[in-house]
Order: sequence, then structure tokens, then C-alpha cells
Amino acid sequence: MDIALFASILTITLRAGTSLVYATVGEIYAERSGILNLGVEGMMMMGALAGFAVAYHSGSLALALLLAMLVGGLLAAVHAFLSISLRANQVVSGLTLTLFGTGMASFLGQRLGPGGTYLVGLIGPSMKRIPVPILSELPLVGPSLFNQDILTYGLYVFVPLAWWYLYKTRPGLYLRAVGEHPQTADAMGINVAANRYLYTILGGMLAGLGGAHLSLSYTKGWAENITGGRGWIAVALVIFAMWDPLRSIVGALLFGGINAIQFRMQAAGTTIPPALLNMLPYIATIVVLVAITWWETLRKRIGAPAALGLPYAREEKG
Amino acid sequence: MRVVIEKRQAVSQSARILVPLISFVLSLVFGAFLLFLSGVDPLVTYAAMAKGALGGRYALSETLVKAIPLMLTGLGVSIAFRMLFWNIGAEGQLAMGGVAATGVALFLAERMPSWSVLPAIILAGMLAGAVWGAIPALLRAYLKVNETITTLMMNYIAVLWVSHLYHIPWRDPQGYGFPGTAQFPTVAWLPRLFDRVHLGLVLAVVAAAVLWFVLQRTKWGFEIRITGENPRAARYIGIDIARNIVMVVLLSGALCGLAGACEVSGVMHRMQQGLTVGYGYTAIIVAWMSQLNPWGALLVAFLLAALLVGGDQIQLAMGLPAAMAFVLQGALLFPMLGGALFAEYRLRIIRTDSGGAATAPGIGMEEAR
Repeated sequence: MDIALFASILTITLRAGTSLVYATVGEIYAERSGILNLGVEGMMMMGALAGFAVAYHSGSLALALLLAMLVGGLLAAVHAFLSISLRANQVVSGLTLTLFGTGMASFLGQRLGPGGTYLVGLIGPSMKRIPVPILSELPLVGPSLFNQDILTYGLYVFVPLAWWYLYKTRPGLYLRAVGEHPQTADAMGINVAANRYLYTILGGMLAGLGGAHLSLSYTKGWAENITGGRGWIAVALVIFAMWDPLRSIVGALLFGGINAIQFRMQAAGTTIPPALLNMLPYIATIVVLVAITWWETLRKRIGAPAALGLPYAREEKG
Repeated sequence: MRVVIEKRQAVSQSARILVPLISFVLSLVFGAFLLFLSGVDPLVTYAAMAKGALGGRYALSETLVKAIPLMLTGLGVSIAFRMLFWNIGAEGQLAMGGVAATGVALFLAERMPSWSVLPAIILAGMLAGAVWGAIPALLRAYLKVNETITTLMMNYIAVLWVSHLYHIPWRDPQGYGFPGTAQFPTVAWLPRLFDRVHLGLVLAVVAAAVLWFVLQRTKWGFEIRITGENPRAARYIGIDIARNIVMVVLLSGALCGLAGACEVSGVMHRMQQGLTVGYGYTAIIVAWMSQLNPWGALLVAFLLAALLVGGDQIQLAMGLPAAMAFVLQGALLFPMLGGALFAEYRLRIIRTDSGGAATAPGIGMEEAR
């Protein structure tokens, strides 16, 4: 493979993977605290919509990202309230969130354009790629790794930080305890509900941010079904990563990579039908999931938080 | 003063009726607010939705046409949920059912005795749905692979496969550039009862009756219910859970596949865009709202279909986004999900100065229910 092709695939891989990493790490935090949120797709969709709508009308990217996070966090708060305080079925509540988020985004996408018209097809401000001096001229990887937008750069700091927080800090320990064994955590004086609220909402904010990366950088504009199932891939990637933020990078790059290769193949005019190429990420997810589960069952150690998806209430201790 | 949640002595019947009612009102209020903000009269919009979905024979028949796939997939999803198998894959199973039925209708129907064509289409659809469901079921039952993700991923694969088939290999060369297969020969058309309402309605009612009978009156149904309510007890009394998961999901997939077969052979008479429009996802809501009761599933499917048809109508007549239907579905479900708690629990406000500890008199009621 020649260098130019490698560099272009790596560049697209990173760009396609960025939204996935934010959403995946967010969901890892929520699930680590014991809350399964299947609403990632809906939160990303609303994040993408809010981000683009705000950027279009205000011209401010910072405000756009902020609002995308706020919207994602708000939606997650609904899920948190239902599953933590009202102990609702988390699978159904998450699915409802996806349904509601995608419906709402589609509705608003047809009303939030100038004068209550469509947002679809409009061109608004988008995140520029900023080359890092010197580093971006490194051979081979320089142009790919160091000529990206701010959110992609953000990953270089954010992912290690997320890992460090989870495994090396006291609040991170509490977070894991709450998802692993809420009774013990409660007995230790950790506020189970408060922790779960915090990380579910944080997860939603990150999903919103990931969605905003799609509409403000990856596709540069709002389109119906802009996330194209990325929220669901993020849910799958959590398992792929075995609830470890660092490993989410590997998974997201793999999926971003499939996207990128597809992109190149289509550009090169291959005869493989696009629909069949588009299946690849989904088939790969299943294969990887089966392999991981099989491997982990062999080792009798699956990384899933033990209390994932289970509501916790004191008087049911026992 | 603080608020505690405590278990009721018995499941509250009034909460069971009040919660859906209040949820319905809340969703309408939320929707009205949204419509108002976007500059349309909510009452006019709701009236248009209701009229488009329920006002008159044509509207009702269109609602029934949309209700049929929701009923079948809703029943399919319900039976899987009974076993705590989170089948999110109804959409893909429906799609594969549609593919198999289309295959029979396009390539075999004219070489078969005409009486056998429709049974073959229905069986092919059910078989394909069952096989598509069997893959995640086997993976879950014997390798413990999380079925929520696998069924979901298989939806994307199936939907892409359908679109590939009618865009390229099965595309009608005489289709004037419109992607879709050729029209089926008339022997492969599911008979219509009235207007566009086809035999699938009868099949759905029969399916509900069969499921109800299996669940309530057979040993296998007992095993399914026990496994869903208390998997540990099921294991103790020697129920083969893995085998039952596979069997139940085969049945679930078959019902979803039947929905797909009915769509192509009863409604579209060809395979084209519009086969996979999210019935399989709405089915999950049907299952949950009906509390996994087969007769309830039929009713809920009808109501949600009315919402969908109403959404289409306001798009056609008033240029409002059809996605309003999904917004309303979500707004209806959130309070219902939250309210589900109040059937089994109640809120009690406790004054902290009274010194009385919060007690939970009803611990263990869940098992006794």
C-alpha cells in the first residue's frame, strides 16, 4: 500500500471514529455505574441536530458544542430519573429514548431552519482542521494524526484521562463499586443514586458531543438519520472494549477504518455493491462480540459490571 | 420530611388503568406544546390526526393495514420477552420473512399448483424469520452472547440485504428506473377481507389465540412463564432453559417473518422500499405496553398504528413532519414507564421528626403475586 493511500485511510478512520469514541466512553461510564442506556442513538441524533442548529443560527461553534452536550445530558437525565428513581425497565426506557430522540430530531430538523423551514441541506459553520506545526509534517502518520479538528485532538487527552479517572482515582473507584456491588457501596457510605445520576448524565453529554461532531465536522450539515446507527455501534463497542475506555479507541478505530476503506473502495469504483460493504461493520460487531464472549467465558471473567441494568433500592437489600 | 417508595400489599388495579390514561393525556399535552411552539394549532393537528386514522371506513382500514405487522411482530417480541430474551431483532426477522416470501412469489409461484402458493409463501416467511432469530438465540443459549446487540446488528444486515436485493439482483428490469421487484403473480397475493385489509389480520388474531393458549394452558407455556418470572427456580425444577430459549425465539422469529411475508404478499405485492419502516422497533413498545399479554398486544398495535397513520396524514395534509408520531410515542411511553412503579409501589411522605422509620411491610410480595 502506498503512503498516500495509507495516510488518507488513517485520516478518514480517525474522523469517522471520533464520534464513536465519545459516545462509547460515555456509555462505558453509564454502564460502569450500573445503568444500561440504549438511548445513545437518540442522544447522538439530538446532539447532532442541536449542534448544527445552534451553529447555524449563532455562528458559534463553542455554543453549539455546549448545547449539544446539554441536550444529550437532558435526555439522559430522563432515562436516569426513570431507571434510578422510578426503577423502570432500562431496556424499554433506553429504546424509548432512541425513538423519542430520533423522532424529535427529525421533527425539529424540519422546523428549525430559517423561518421555520428545513435544516436539511443548509451549509453552516463547521469545525476546521487545524494542523499542528511540525508534528503534522511527521512522515507517515503526521498529516493524519495532527491535522484534525479540535474534537479529534480532544480524544488524545480525553481517553487517557477517562481511563485514569476510572481506575486510579477515588471517585472512579466509587463509580465502579456502585455498578459492581451497590449494596456494599451503600454500606461504605457511597451515594448509589447520586453516582448513577451523575454518570448517566455524563454519558448523555458525551453522546451529544459525539453527535455534534457528525453534523459539525464529519458530514458538515444536518441530514435525516445522520447518525446511521452509530449510537448502536457505540453500545456494541462498550462490550467490544470490555468496559475499558482505552480499549474503546481500538474498537472505534476498527469501525472507523471499515468506513474509511468503504469510502476508498467506492471512490475507486469497485464492483462490490455498496449495501454489502455497508454490512461489514455489523457483521464484524457480531463476530467480535461472539469471540470476546467465548474467550471471556473460557477465562471465567467477563468485565460487565455485575449490577448492570438492575435497579437498586435499599429496602430490597437482602 | 422525606419521600420513600414502599411496596403495596397487592398490585394496584386503579394504577394499572390510571397510569396509561394519565400518560396518554401527558403525551398529548407535550405534543401540543411542541406543535404550538412550531406555530401550528395543536387542536387542529390532533383533529386531523384522529380523523386521518379513525374517521371513516377508509381511515380505519388504513390503520388496520398498518396494525397487522405491528400485531404480528408485537406478539413475536412479547413471547421472547417472556423468556427474558431481549429480541430487538423483529425488524430484521420481518425483513428476512419478506425476502423469503418474495423469493417464492417471484421464482416458484408459477411452477407450483396454485392452491399451494400462499401456504408456501407464508411458511417460507415464517421459516426465514425463525432462522434469522435462531442465530442470536443459539449464540445466547449456548455461548451466552448478549442478544440485544446481536439481534440489533442482524437488523442492519437484513435491512441492507433487502435493499440490495430489490436494487440489484431482483430488480424489475421493466420498473422504469424505480427500485423494486416485479409485481407478484396474482396467485401470490394474500386475499383481501375488505378495502386494503388482507388475510394477515385473521392470521394475527389466530396467532394471539395460539400464544394465549400455549402460555396459559400448556406445560411448555408454564415453563416459559416460570423461566421469565424466576429463572433460578426454573433451573431448580429441571427446566432446560437453553433449549426453551431457542424454541421460543424460533416462534418469535416465525411470527415476525410472517409479518414480513404479509407485507409483501398482502400490501405491496412486490418487494420495494417500505418493507422495513420500523415496525419491528415499534413492536417492542407494543410488547411492553401490552404487558406481554397477547390480546393486549392486538389492541396496543391498533392504537399505535392509528398514531402512525395520523402522523402520515398530517404530513400529507398539513406538511407537518410525520416524525410527530414517534415524538408522541416517546412522550406516551416515558410517563408509562415511570408510572409502572405505582402499580406495585406507593409513595409515602415521612416526617423525619416523628422518628418513625420507613418500613416496607410488603417485602416478598413479589414472589407471592
